[in-house]
Amino acid sequence: MDENRRAFLKAAGCAILGAGLAAPVARAAAGAVSPESAPGELTAGRWAIAINVRKCLQREDCRACIDACHVAHNVPQIEDPIREVKWLWKEPFKDTFASATHPHLDKGLADKRVLVLCNHCDNPPCVRVCPTKATWKRQDGIVMMDQHRCIGCRYCIVGCPYGSRSFNWQDPRPFITTGIRPDYPTRTKGVVEKCTFCTERLVKGLPPACVEVCNKVSGPGTMTFGDIRDPKSEVARALKDGFSIRRKPELGTEPQIFYLV
Amino acid sequence: MYDKGKILAGLAVFLAMMTLPFWYSAARGKAAAKADPVLPKTEKKCVESRQYMRESHMELLNRWRDAVVREGRRIYIAQDGTRYEMSLHNTCLGCHTEKAQFCDKCHAYVGERPFCWDCHLDRKGIQGVT
Repeated sequence: MDENRRAFLKAAGCAILGAGLAAPVARAAAGAVSPESAPGELTAGRWAIAINVRKCLQREDCRACIDACHVAHNVPQIEDPIREVKWLWKEPFKDTFASATHPHLDKGLADKRVLVLCNHCDNPPCVRVCPTKATWKRQDGIVMMDQHRCIGCRYCIVGCPYGSRSFNWQDPRPFITTGIRPDYPTRTKGVVEKCTFCTERLVKGLPPACVEVCNKVSGPGTMTFGDIRDPKSEVARALKDGFSIRRKPELGTEPQIFYLV
Repeated sequence: MYDKGKILAGLAVFLAMMTLPFWYSAARGKAAAKADPVLPKTEKKCVESRQYMRESHMELLNRWRDAVVREGRRIYIAQDGTRYEMSLHNTCLGCHTEKAQFCDKCHAYVGERPFCWDCHLDRKGIQGVT
């Protein structure tokens, strides 16, 4: 009897070990993900954008960057402000820079509409509150969204002090009035979306769509995109040469959209 | 055995119902319709072996998704050493241009409704149902 038990335990042990070894082999039946970056991909230590407010305000009604962004990313056009979805939009100066607004500020300026977008904060509150890590900060500083993982809890919308996140209260596809671009996914009902600094364009070696079109329409230097850690980059030089402010810096989110004033 | 008649009759009915699909197709004289996806004419080989793609394409796509979205990696090296861009839109649908004739056929056949197509679109921008 003892001998039988001994033999059984040996055989069972070998079987378990064998199955344990076979499982990874079976998994490895497919190929591997290459660690290299795509050819021509733009990389940075820390991406940032500088917006020249003076130049931008010269054409207050201009929507070139907004339209370019929203068409490129299949962003639905919804009129209802409660349900609207936006990646890039304009907000009155007095709301954008509330702490820089005072009773003696030029009335014209207070109501002028400033371009706003996700600040891709260094200390992003949205990332901190996301329960599924559907939003996270990449190595290059981009605060990215993974729609596959978003459960639509909207904590991030509450966490973001800039209103940069929109929720899809309904299927957005019927509201993409410019025609759906097949090369970029739409979103689905129940997920949050926002600006991604055009990661899909950076891979191809292109700057964000808003920056590209803005510099064509309003002249170079209206929007500057680049690696802020590289002192020779355009964005680092623009910040060195001029005076810049950020939205709600007192909150400690360390926004990386700089407004040159 | 108690209730022999009832039990045997019940078993006979159960067996008849279980094997009804076989009797049905035998009586009809032809097998049930196959899924019959249309393979692309331009390419002979997919990313990995036919067997692997058939059984595990969804696992491969999940790996691609995580690598691209979360790690920013875009290049996949297949078992035979060929490099592919990890992209549903460019790589998969690049060959399988007719989603309705390929993906949808099998998915509809097995009653599968992958949520890929809630967001992703086929090459023509047609919004897939399956």
